Amino acid sequence: MTPEDMDLLAALARARAGLRIESDKTYLVESRLGPLARREGFESIEIMLASLRKSREDRLIWAVVEALTLNETAFFRDRMVFDHLRDELMPALSHKRRDQPVRIWSAACSTGQEVYSLAMTAAESRDIAPGARFEFFGSDLSERCLEKAQSGIYTQFEVQRGLPIRLLIKHFENKDEMWAISPRIRQAVRWRRINLMADLSGMGQFDIILLRYVLPGLDPGVQARILESLALRLSPDGVLILGADESPGSLTSAVRAVDGLPGVFTRDPAFRVAA
Amino acid sequence: MKTCLVVDDSRVIRKVARRVLEDIGFEIAEASDGMEALAWCRAAMPDAVLLDWNMPVMNGIDFLRQLRQEPGGGEPVVVFCTVENDIEHIQLALDTGANEYIMKPFDGDIIAAKFAEAGLL
Repeated sequence: MTPEDMDLLAALARARAGLRIESDKTYLVESRLGPLARREGFESIEIMLASLRKSREDRLIWAVVEALTLNETAFFRDRMVFDHLRDELMPALSHKRRDQPVRIWSAACSTGQEVYSLAMTAAESRDIAPGARFEFFGSDLSERCLEKAQSGIYTQFEVQRGLPIRLLIKHFENKDEMWAISPRIRQAVRWRRINLMADLSGMGQFDIILLRYVLPGLDPGVQARILESLALRLSPDGVLILGADESPGSLTSAVRAVDGLPGVFTRDPAFRVAA
Repeated sequence: MKTCLVVDDSRVIRKVARRVLEDIGFEIAEASDGMEALAWCRAAMPDAVLLDWNMPVMNGIDFLRQLRQEPGGGEPVVVFCTVENDIEHIQLALDTGANEYIMKPFDGDIIAAKFAEAGLL
């Protein structure tokens, strides 16, 4: 790929999805676009990009942008935050909401491991108020990731990364070397393709929003915008959960860190007024 | 340093497991069947056991049953590591006192993740 190809990709990824593509990451970009070029029937990435330049076909542009997203994920990634959800946050919210559902959103859910981990966590939590309801939402930019997430079917390697064996045999069934999550957990989750750059005001309010390991891949100018847009989706006592080592830093004052819980933030009460 | 007894009748698997476990800070002993493993445990109880299921002389599940009745045999964290990947085998292993369960094929990440899961890291 030429520097011009990289510039084109960086511009498209930035404009469409707020992604940051560094110009020296040619190898990484090629490894992600190679399979797409093959699926689309092009002989090479270069030929695909040449075609894209000429046609400006929207579907192909999105396929390229989606292929550039990071999909790395695992069940129960950063166990500590799931333990906290199970033992503290989910029980507390279930008692506070009473007849209203507790709404939880995995905002860049990739292939679904995170949101299914949340649904299993609620199922494992004791002290949940009797009759409490949980609603789980998984959204991602990538249609392909969402398809896999929705299927709830994982390889033997995937179910051995982060998932305790007791939860595997409790919530999954195996078919040959593949593992399918139980209908009960799968049906607890609703899915939607969402570009976090879009207007999210129609999404309603959430008690817990997860946006983990997404910020580093975003253009710096977009990070604050997405954080603020998600902060506005939080209920007044809701929390935003980033990766364990992630923080908005000085990007925005929309959220405040929760002491003792790395990666967990609440909305600054003053923020809505300011916005 | 924590000790881990690697029990598998395949020398290749023992070698691979040894390398992974040494990298995450374990001192390794090896046994090629359940009977040999029991002898090891009676001499010096390890902190952890990585345990194959199908082996000659004494298989993994019989070893585990026996181990849990030995003096001090309730202590080691036992992680099965086997090609048996159906829920019945996994359930039997847990009921018999296994702490975690790895389905072969495995890699270093899976062993590290499962040992962390079992509270060993």
